[in-house]
Amino acid sequence: MAINKILVLVELTESGPTATSLELLTAARSLATTVEAISWGPSVAAAAGTVGEYGATTLHDAGDLGSALPGAPVAGAIAGVASGFDAVFIPTSYDGRDIAGRLSAKLNVPVLTNITGLGEDGGLTTEHPVFGGAKIVKAKFTGAGLQIFVIRAKSFAAEPAGGAAAAVSALAVPEAGATGTATIVSRHVEERTGPKLDEAAVVVSGGRGLGSADNYTWINDLAKLLNGAAGASRAIVDAGWVPYSHQVGQTGKTVKPTVYLACGISGATQHLVGMKGSKNIIAINKDQEAPIFTVADLGIVGDVNKVIPALIEALKGR
Amino acid sequence: MNVVVCVKQIPDPAAPQSLEPSTNTLDRSGKLILDDSDAYGVEMALQLVDKAGSGEVTLVSMAPNGEVAGLRTALAMGAAKAILVSDDALKGTDALGTAKVLAAAIKRTEFDLVLAATESSDGYTGTVPVQIAELLGLPSITFAKSVTIDGSTVKVDRQTEAGYDEVTAPLPAVVTVTAGVVEPRYPSFKGIMAAKSKPVDQVTAADLGFSAGDVGAAGSGQTIFAVADAEARSAGEIVVDEGDGAQRIVSFLEGLKVI
Ligand SMILES: Cc1cc2nc3c(=O)[nH]c(=O)nc-3n(C[C@H](O)[C@H](O)[C@H](O)COP(=O)(O)OP(=O)(O)OC[C@H]3O[C@@H](n4cnc5c(N)ncnc54)[C@H](O)[C@@H]3O)c2cc1C
Ligand SMILES: Nc1ncnc2c1ncn2[C@@H]1O[C@H](COP(=O)(O)O)[C@@H](O)[C@H]1O
Repeated sequence: MAINKILVLVELTESGPTATSLELLTAARSLATTVEAISWGPSVAAAAGTVGEYGATTLHDAGDLGSALPGAPVAGAIAGVASGFDAVFIPTSYDGRDIAGRLSAKLNVPVLTNITGLGEDGGLTTEHPVFGGAKIVKAKFTGAGLQIFVIRAKSFAAEPAGGAAAAVSALAVPEAGATGTATIVSRHVEERTGPKLDEAAVVVSGGRGLGSADNYTWINDLAKLLNGAAGASRAIVDAGWVPYSHQVGQTGKTVKPTVYLACGISGATQHLVGMKGSKNIIAINKDQEAPIFTVADLGIVGDVNKVIPALIEALKGR
Repeated sequence: MNVVVCVKQIPDPAAPQSLEPSTNTLDRSGKLILDDSDAYGVEMALQLVDKAGSGEVTLVSMAPNGEVAGLRTALAMGAAKAILVSDDALKGTDALGTAKVLAAAIKRTEFDLVLAATESSDGYTGTVPVQIAELLGLPSITFAKSVTIDGSTVKVDRQTEAGYDEVTAPLPAVVTVTAGVVEPRYPSFKGIMAAKSKPVDQVTAADLGFSAGDVGAAGSGQTIFAVADAEARSAGEIVVDEGDGAQRIVSFLEGLKVI
């Protein structure tokens, strides 16, 4: 079975489709004859140009959902057009996972998650990293019906294809009843300065080995000196040292910078899957056996309390 | 206030993990323990019931071989009772099948709120709780970093890309919690002793009305057909800091023309 038609869930920010949405459009384009997109929000039509440029011919507009949490209404809207598609590509994101779960239960079809690669063998095949990315398992759907793929950020490079603007088509959002009653009351934005974590060429991350929340200023200082972004392991996010938006790993951001500098991070499998794709990895850890050293290009077995202040001084002096 | 907590029992993540050759899924045949991720849900539930002043916490779990070790840990923390679905027919069940089974088990008890973790440590699909919500016809709020109850409304601070949103839903509802939502307690000696006699209602897929083919590998619409080693990173240079660690990093960065 060749893949005929793929629907891509495009998430919008104020500056247009998210990077992951464009990556998924690019991947879909290489696999299917026809790619269409679905999005929601007050100004979906504004994205028609970009979405078309990346390969979608139609942009289904579920409209402004007001303060409703998107999971249930968007899943309902997709379910309404599901019979016209072989597959739907959904980004691994907060709303993406909600929509995928709802859609799967609604249509009584399975869902494949944490996808980092796609292939074709009769139908679509998927790749998923397991054991911290040491092994890759390959999977496929065996039944009939819409195939739901939830794909991780940075699994594909986004490339425009120069297509014309997508035709915008209004998509009905069916009444979601009780399932649609989750309401966003207010939004809180945590300010960040400097390059974004998932876009920066240099990422400096700190973990529990820093010893205290105060020492995280080292990470901020290093990030600033290297014109990079500051990241973190989940251990120190959970401990409240830094906001969640800093977290790198399975439940946090996937980063693939030119340089990743891990300071006092053990290198648990869930951390590794989020940064193993970095071009160059430097690790500072006092434990020679720390798993982070298995992926490091340069590993310094040493105390962050000594190495980091010296590194900051050396960089300041340049 | 009655709270159901979905708790997964998983192979100890600290022990070496392997795939089962026949299905290429995680080998879960050995001893299982409470998924750390679910300890947060159990603690959150206990605190909500405590604050409400009445009600109880019920655990729901699907696990092979009648495993109760993880349930006993959560009972020792203070949960009142548990429903365990265990049945050879469930081997190979996928996320949607798991959600169907758990939703059917949840229906056996009275609840105002269902808590689960954002994702399990061993399967991490992160879809099971939302699938449960859809099957039960309930609203869901995922990625909670705080949960409070105000009358018949649940209020959640939900993590977002940019920060967090305050989200509300009428009860009953399904909420998934992140680590960091609360600090799980350690079971006390008294709690551990008391847990031994707390009721665990063990049921089969058939008891819940499923027939062969609905669930298990046959009911799963996906298959893992290959396993490969990931491309290994070439071995790096690991050096012990002799006071020159910082300088080595500087040289490395210079070599990359990053500085
Ligand atoms: C479902 C699930 C999802 C998860 N998702 C993520 C995720 O997205 N991202 C993530 O990071 N984690 C995630 N985790 C958590 C992960 O398993 C680890 O617990 C976490 O990454 C550990 O953080 P850490 O390395 O900072 O702390 P630790 O594991 O405590 O390691 C601290 C390290 O610092 C070193 N150290 C101590 N003192 C010094 C010193 N003075 N100088 C130098 N080194 C020192 C130690 O040798 C040690 O290696 C997840 C876990 C689960 C179960
Ligand atoms: N077999 C199970 N038994 C009980 N709860 C489960 C089970 N599988 C998943 N869950 C719940 O759903 C959450 C998310 O799981 P997953 O979708 O596998 O990432 C888990 O953390 C549990 O709270």
